[in-house]
Order: sequence, then structure tokens, then C-alpha cells
Amino acid sequence: MNIFEALRVAFAGLLANRLRSSLTMLGILIGVAAVILLVAVGNGASVQINNQIQALGANVIFVYPSNARGTGGVSQGFGTSQTLTMADVDAINSRQQDPDIVAAIPIAQSGGQITYANQNYFAPTTGTTVDFPQVRDYQIAEGSFFTQDDVTSQHRVVVLGSTVVTNLFGTVDPVGQTIKINRQSFRVIGVFAAKGGSGLGSQDNVVVAPITAVWAYLSGGRGKNISQIVASASSPSTVTQAENELTTILLQRHQISDPAQADFQLQSQQDILNQANSIATALTLVLGAIAGISLVVGGIGIMNIMLVTVTERTREIGIRKAIGARWRDVLTQFLIEAMVLSGLGGALGIALGTALAVEAPHIPAIANSSFPPPVVSIPSVLLAFGVSVAIGLFFGIYPANRAARLHPIEALRHE
Amino acid sequence: MIRLEAVSKTYRMGRVEVQALRGVDLLVESGEFVAIMGASGSGKSTLMNIIGCLDVPTNGRYFLDGTDVARLDDDQLAIIRNRKIGFVFQSFNLIPRTTALHNVEMPLIYSGAQNRRPRALAALESVGLADRAAHLPTELSGGQQQRAAIARALVTNPAILLADEPTGNLDSASSVEIMKLLAELNREQARTIVLITHERDIAAFARRIVELRDGLIVTDERRAA
Repeated sequence: MNIFEALRVAFAGLLANRLRSSLTMLGILIGVAAVILLVAVGNGASVQINNQIQALGANVIFVYPSNARGTGGVSQGFGTSQTLTMADVDAINSRQQDPDIVAAIPIAQSGGQITYANQNYFAPTTGTTVDFPQVRDYQIAEGSFFTQDDVTSQHRVVVLGSTVVTNLFGTVDPVGQTIKINRQSFRVIGVFAAKGGSGLGSQDNVVVAPITAVWAYLSGGRGKNISQIVASASSPSTVTQAENELTTILLQRHQISDPAQADFQLQSQQDILNQANSIATALTLVLGAIAGISLVVGGIGIMNIMLVTVTERTREIGIRKAIGARWRDVLTQFLIEAMVLSGLGGALGIALGTALAVEAPHIPAIANSSFPPPVVSIPSVLLAFGVSVAIGLFFGIYPANRAARLHPIEALRHE
Repeated sequence: MIRLEAVSKTYRMGRVEVQALRGVDLLVESGEFVAIMGASGSGKSTLMNIIGCLDVPTNGRYFLDGTDVARLDDDQLAIIRNRKIGFVFQSFNLIPRTTALHNVEMPLIYSGAQNRRPRALAALESVGLADRAAHLPTELSGGQQQRAAIARALVTNPAILLADEPTGNLDSASSVEIMKLLAELNREQARTIVLITHERDIAAFARRIVELRDGLIVTDERRAA
């Protein structure tokens, strides 16, 4: 029997029982739509995380202090040791041993209550040097960034991120105003352009001041602490070389010969990206697997209805066998019918899932939240369609084989 | 054409063995019109199933058109049914929701033949139903449905036409009409026809009447045309 005849018979059978066929298809439709939508949500989250990490600045390498191992045997918590110094930063910036690093900046973090007029707000204050906008990829929207002179002279000036401006100033122009951080006065000299993104420690919720001023006025008794050094490699391809150069310089300066004993650790943007991606992939897989369960349920629905169809059409099968249909002919006919059911359901499910994924960002409740816009991926669409047809095949085999094995005499006698 | 040699068939119904045929010898030549008669339980349905290659004998040999079909498997039997046998059933057995033309075309689809449409149309025309080709079975009268079924049986140009109580579901006018059509096919196209019936006046259309009782042939009479 040729494939067109099988398709014709399949469609005629499905049209004869429209309601039943639609309900059966609905099972697959919902399953496929769920797979498409949930995988799209997972992809969306992954894309959002990637964008946020990209927003940290291009080709960035973070250097954190870590515990020198093997000395006292007592390991302190992460970030408690203070092994990085301004001299390390200067050595990196001298660029004698590290041609692949463009600039390095020290970071000193200080939390603090920020007040302006009767408004108050909490944001971390970052002490750093003049290369901060370049290394971390920030643009100045208004005013200017602080200068080398501001750093040298411990000027109490700050540049604010857009979130801080919105929360503290409302419609007032912040440049030139004076704010208080931990009751110390600072003058606002600039505002960063918004970097976008949300959640995960927004890049716009920042207050940046000269590191010397942070040390002098905000760090209290902690002295000239540097919580991390951020270095920027000349290009994505030189990140690995830049990491090697950084390691060499710091090991040399800290007089450590065994790299395993290093009192610092490096993390590049790529490392963070890889970690985030593996989490996002796991998330997508979990969501896809949950949705996949509903596909299996839909498949069982198909098997059920195909068994009913075979019983109902026993006499027809008998007639077909009497006039010469072979085992293979009957099997093909019912398999194709099952696959048409699941394939059509799958195609409609893809349409529904994609439509929901595309429309989701326009729903006000979602648009106003930090929910990542779903991203439909072509492989997930192809896979979902393939899986739905395969489900028809898998769950159709048993009923179709049952039909094909019917004895013609008994099938003809069936009322 | 048809040669049965000591054909017997035993069914097992639960623990009881039922001997439906107890050694039937039958020779039907090409171009004959044979009626097989018998009361219910005489074994005539079993005999029809075996002649129609829907079933195989327990013992004995069956040659159809020179082929020993007693030892064939299910798929080989399906091919024989498709090429050499045309069935006409009591309840017409057209496939529902399928036009008369498509029903007639069906055996050709399974045989993978070419020119299916024209051949199916020609078969419908030969039974006088060309103007009803596009109708569904539910839109045809009983007599018309049986004509369509005969066209379907003829379309592959089979060696024999096997009619199992073809008038059982028809009124007497349609019955006569159908029997005349069969007689005409036998006379003018020299079709070999095996007719199964329990009605003597229907059997009277045939030129040879074989009577079956308790699984054995009891009479076999030939009549002049």
C-alpha cells in the first residue's frame, strides 16, 4: 500500500471522529507546547544570565585574595585574608611583564547607608581608581568620572549608578549635589549610563568613589584593604595568557614559588560564564523533562484511542485483508494514522508554545517583573516535532500490530 | 481451476474438536458456475473460507489455478486473495466513508497496479454503476452496494469469483437482478463463479449444484445451460 493511500485513509478516519481525534491531539498538543515553552523559559534565563555576565565588562579577570595554605593549617573563610595590595595593582599596571593586560583596578567594598535630603537608600560603595569605567565597561551619562588627582588627594566625590539616582533623587539633577554615606559627605560628580539587566546584583545599583577616600572615610579601622583586583585583557583570545601573566607577577611579588600555595585566586569572566551556563543548562533540562512527562501522557492517550479505533474497525480490517491487504499494509495504515494524530498535535503544540513564548513578554504582569523573556530555540522545535511523531510511532505500534494480526475470518464476522 | 483433494478441517472450540470438513474432493473447471448448497452447520462456510484462501485445510491439498495454496503463510495467502479471488459477501462489506469508486480501486492499491482509476471505472461500468462512482456506500441501495462489491471483486481480473450468500440481505427483485448479473458475467466473460447459498431458487441460477451435509459432499449435479 502506498503512503498516500495510507495518509488518505488516516485523515478520513480522523475526520470521521473529529471530537475524539481533537481530544487525543490535545494531549500531545499540550505536551509539546509545554516542552517548547518551558525550554524557551530556560533558554531565556540562560540568555539573561549570559548578558549580565557580559555586562561585567569584556575580557575581565577577577583576582581574589585566598588563604595561603600549608602555613598554619587553619583555613579562614573566603575573602577574609588580605593579601592584595595597591603595590600589586601598580605592578600589574606597569605592564612590564604583562603585555596582554590593558588595565587593572583595585576594588574596596564598603556597605553603607546613603542619604540625600530626606531620602535614604542602601547601596554598596565601591572604592577604585580612574580605570574603573574602562575595565568594567561603564559609560558616563552625565558629569564626569573622578580623576587621578581625586584619587591622590582623597577627594570625597562619587559617581552613581542609575538605580541609585532613581531611588535617591527622583527628578532632581544629582550632579553637584552632596550625599552622605555613613554620615560622611560626598559630592556627586557624575552618573553612569544604565547597563540594563536586573536581579543577580544589578550593575546599576553602584556608588563609585576614589579608593583612597573609601579607605580614609568609610573603611573604619580596616585599613587599606583591597577585596579584589579586576584586570582587563586586551581581547577575548588573550584572556588565558593574561591570566598566566597575572599569576606570574603576583607569585613573584608575594614570593611564592609553588603555584599551589598561592594566596590569591583568579576567575575570568569565561569561568563565571561556564558555571552559569552549566546551571542554566541543568535548569532547561529539568524544565524540559517535566514537560516531557506530559508528552508521555499524551502518547498513552494516543495508544488508548488507537486501540478503540482498531476494535471499531475490525470489520473494515477483515474486508481489507480479504481483498488482499497484507500484515505490513494494515500495520502501516494504523501506524500512519497514529503518527498523523501525534504529528498534527505536535505541529499545533509547537505553534501554541511558540506563540505563548513570543507573547509572554507583552503580558503586563510578566513585562514588569524580572522574569526573563523566553527564547524559542530551533533545535527544541525540531526535537519536539520529532519526538511527537516518534511518540505516535511508539504508542501506535501495539494497536497497529494488533490490527495487522487479526484473522480475516474472525475480523469479517465481527459486528 | 480449483482442485480440492481430501480436504478436511478440524476446529478446536475449547476442549471439543469440531470436524467441519471430513475429506472433500472437488474439481471446478475454468468457466464453471457452481452453487454450493447446504444447511447451516453443513460445512459450507468452512469450505468457502478454504476456497477463498481465508483459511487453510487441516489435511488434504488445495490447488488454485495450479498453485498449491494449502501450505502458504498469511502474507502469501493475502497475495493469492488479491490476485486470484474476488469476494462478494452477504453484507456487501464495502468500506464505509469511502466512495464506490475508491472501494473498487482498493484491491488494485494493495496489488500496486497502475492505471487504477480507469480500471476501477471500467469495472463499475461493467456492473452498470458508472453513474454512482462518486457515491458513498450509505448513499446506495442494497442492490447497488452489491453491484459495487461485484465490481470490486472483478477489478483485479481474478481466476474465480466467490459469492457467499450474495442475495442474503436483498429483497427478491434485487436478488434476481444480482443473480442475473452473475449469470451474465459467467456466460459472456466466462468467469468462474462459486456461489454459496442455502436457497434453492438462488442456486438454480448456477449450472452445477454441489450439496454439502455434515462436512461431506452428498450430491453433485450438472445441468444444461
